[in-house]
Amino acid sequence: MAGLKGLAGARERWVSTGGIELCVAELGDPSRPTVLLVHGYPDSKEVWSEVAERLADQFHVVLYDVRGHGRSTAPTPLRGGFTLEKLTDDFLAVADAVSPDRPVHLVGHDWGSVQSWEFATVKRTEGRIASFTSMSGPSLDHFGHWIKKRMARPTPRRVGQLLGQGAKSWYVYMLHTPVLPELAWRGPLGKRWPKILERVEKVPAGDYPTPSLPSDAAHGAWLYRDNVRSRLSRPRADAYAHVPVQLVLPLGDIFLSEHLYDELELWAPQLVRRTLPAKHWVPRTRPDQLAAWITEFVLANEEREAGLPVQRTAATGKHADRFGGQLVLVTGAGSGIGRATAFAFAEAGARVVAVDRDAESAARTAEMAQLIGAPQAWAETVDVSDEQAMEKLAEKVAAEYGVVDVLVNNAGIGLSGSFFDTSAEDWKKVLDVNLWGVIHGCRLFGKQMAERGQGGHIVNTASAAAFQPSKALPAYSTSKAAVLMLSECLRAELAGQGIGVSAICPGLVNTNITATARFAGVDAEEEKRRQKKSTRLYGLRNYPPEKVADAILTAVVRNQAVVPVTPEARGAHLMSRFTPRALRAIARMEPPL
Amino acid sequence: MTSAVVRELSAELRGFREVQSLAYECAEAVAARLEPGVTEREAARMQREWLRERGVRDWFHLPFAWFGDRTAFAGFRIPLQFFPTNRKLEAGMPFILDMAPVYKGYTADIGYSGSLGPNPVQDKLLADLEAHRELIVREVRERRSLREIYEDVDRLMVRQGYANRHRAYPFGVIAHKVDRVKERRLTPTLFGFGTQSLKGLASDAIHGHRDGWSPLWSPYKFSDHPPKPGLWAVEPHLGFRGTGAKFEEILVVTDSKDPEQSAFWLDDDLPHVRRWAEGI
Repeated sequence: MAGLKGLAGARERWVSTGGIELCVAELGDPSRPTVLLVHGYPDSKEVWSEVAERLADQFHVVLYDVRGHGRSTAPTPLRGGFTLEKLTDDFLAVADAVSPDRPVHLVGHDWGSVQSWEFATVKRTEGRIASFTSMSGPSLDHFGHWIKKRMARPTPRRVGQLLGQGAKSWYVYMLHTPVLPELAWRGPLGKRWPKILERVEKVPAGDYPTPSLPSDAAHGAWLYRDNVRSRLSRPRADAYAHVPVQLVLPLGDIFLSEHLYDELELWAPQLVRRTLPAKHWVPRTRPDQLAAWITEFVLANEEREAGLPVQRTAATGKHADRFGGQLVLVTGAGSGIGRATAFAFAEAGARVVAVDRDAESAARTAEMAQLIGAPQAWAETVDVSDEQAMEKLAEKVAAEYGVVDVLVNNAGIGLSGSFFDTSAEDWKKVLDVNLWGVIHGCRLFGKQMAERGQGGHIVNTASAAAFQPSKALPAYSTSKAAVLMLSECLRAELAGQGIGVSAICPGLVNTNITATARFAGVDAEEEKRRQKKSTRLYGLRNYPPEKVADAILTAVVRNQAVVPVTPEARGAHLMSRFTPRALRAIARMEPPL
Repeated sequence: MTSAVVRELSAELRGFREVQSLAYECAEAVAARLEPGVTEREAARMQREWLRERGVRDWFHLPFAWFGDRTAFAGFRIPLQFFPTNRKLEAGMPFILDMAPVYKGYTADIGYSGSLGPNPVQDKLLADLEAHRELIVREVRERRSLREIYEDVDRLMVRQGYANRHRAYPFGVIAHKVDRVKERRLTPTLFGFGTQSLKGLASDAIHGHRDGWSPLWSPYKFSDHPPKPGLWAVEPHLGFRGTGAKFEEILVVTDSKDPEQSAFWLDDDLPHVRRWAEGI
């Protein structure tokens, strides 16, 4: 039972098919929809242990060791025993054993996905599959057509794509050499593999891979030898998916190019795309995200099957493939850039926590976010400068909504006035909100992200004032420069954990920061006048916060470090690098207030 | 206009009310005929024909129709983009019909928002317009400067989470004056606007410029004056991420001392007001 440590509580049974005994594990209530998880190479069903555990509450989860892997027996002789036709027999045998009356929801990773593409596209499985979630494993037939198309009309781009994938497939060529791969796996490679996975793929250490790895890997080489050459040279012309397909695309996969799936809609008309900033072994490194997406997709298809009105329609906004179902927390979400950002994430299908010190406006943001695509949205009333309140918020969010995937530390206040007019009180206030608010956010939510170990992203709203000095904004600029440097340092620290950090430097954006800004050194009436005047000036500039929100989403998707947004912010950013003296001259100018 | 004058003018107000309700009737009739595949041009033509059949010969401006994200004036840079296009209506799409017929010498300018099938976002926008209608008449009664009222409407929109889309109109106006128009045999239009009405507006602008007021209610300095008695077609226009909604109707401003009489909506029996009353 050495291999089953990760699948505690699983019921085990054996299914025989064509002289092979397959080891099948089941979790969860058999009356629930069946989710069948198929593992890849070199793996055994235990690769799914983390995901299976998370799915077992809602579904009847079934896993099996592919023939020759884990505790399933291997065919003799090995050659010719691993063809996709035989693997399809295995799948049908397992599906008939565990869910004789209802079709199953397939999930495949790596070779599990390659096989599942075969299951999802051949005639004899029709009616046995309800949906298919594919990750890191293309259909060999689609792949064959992909290569043929690029060979037939080799434009520079297509040649580039061919060469790119050709280089990524180095291990496929290696596996075609006789005997050597087996020797390597049963010898030094098998011994070092866990460490390699840990170092290169960032797979957390633990009870995976299982001790059966050397024999899994040695037998599994025949998956390649029995199928790759024959299928790539003569791909089936009718490999159309007869089930809805969800494609989970890890962008950092070193074995598969994302361009392999460029024309997938032709083969799978009902395709839902998901992208993930992760490497190849997502079932180990991103189980939460996978479980969430599988759950959503399975439930949506169950509802459709049952003829119920589909409630979970995939969001259609920009970057919905990336943020669908993710948990996003935005501070200062009651107005301006924060609110626009919350809405942009909502349109991308994210679950949104809108935090603001003003309860009413936070509630409004949450309400509107749900109208435009957020499956769930909550309002939280917190002053970000209040450490205890932030701690409470972090606890509540973790307990009730989950670990935040994207944190946007956006809350900030404006303060203008000469250095000597700025009192200690003013300094404290602006630093408390603009800097300490960000520190609290990063410390509390960043820690949760890091502890979960499944990646994430932190966005801090700095300002163009972070690199554009001004005699009118000493305190504000100082606070924002600190935020910028904090983001850069944190980015360095968290890079190894798959957590990105971005600093956004918007520039002059038409928000109510001007109307609430404090002007030091003037009486209340003059302050009012300046607020009004600056609001009008920003209104004339009229750069919409929605564009900043778009920049924030793009920054997360591309993991950008520093993002100046408006043209003036970009200009200042360039000048700060190449002509800092000109910036200093601008800093001495009196603002037109 | 004193209150005595109001009573005297009530026959005239009846004229305006008549054309306004005719225009809303047209909007409802055309909206009921919209179906998937109808283009903006076709919708505009339907309005034009419907009103022509009922005796409308002149226009303050020709009917407009905006579908989909054009209801929020997404990407509008030049005024020509207001004119109806070949965009086709699809299920769930929001639309706005906007027309300003002149009937028997009386002008109306109305805006009607709706959607083809349910559109919860636009429903929300429409529901939130109620607060703007109340705010505008309240502040006009307080005789606040038009520019200030404009800014207050702006602030309310921002608080609600919306973008100000009337800013996209020429001069960014939230309202403009409407008046009686002489009936002529020839009624040419210029860039969609009736020349007679333009003439009236221009003469108001010139007189107003001398006396420090403007027939255009804008965010700019020339609107920094108390409400000028007369009839104002008020059109707050909310936009929210590709969905827009507006209403447009006539606000009567008088110089009566009685606040109730100093400003009031010409007619409360309009589709959007009924909608709020029904609590949708």
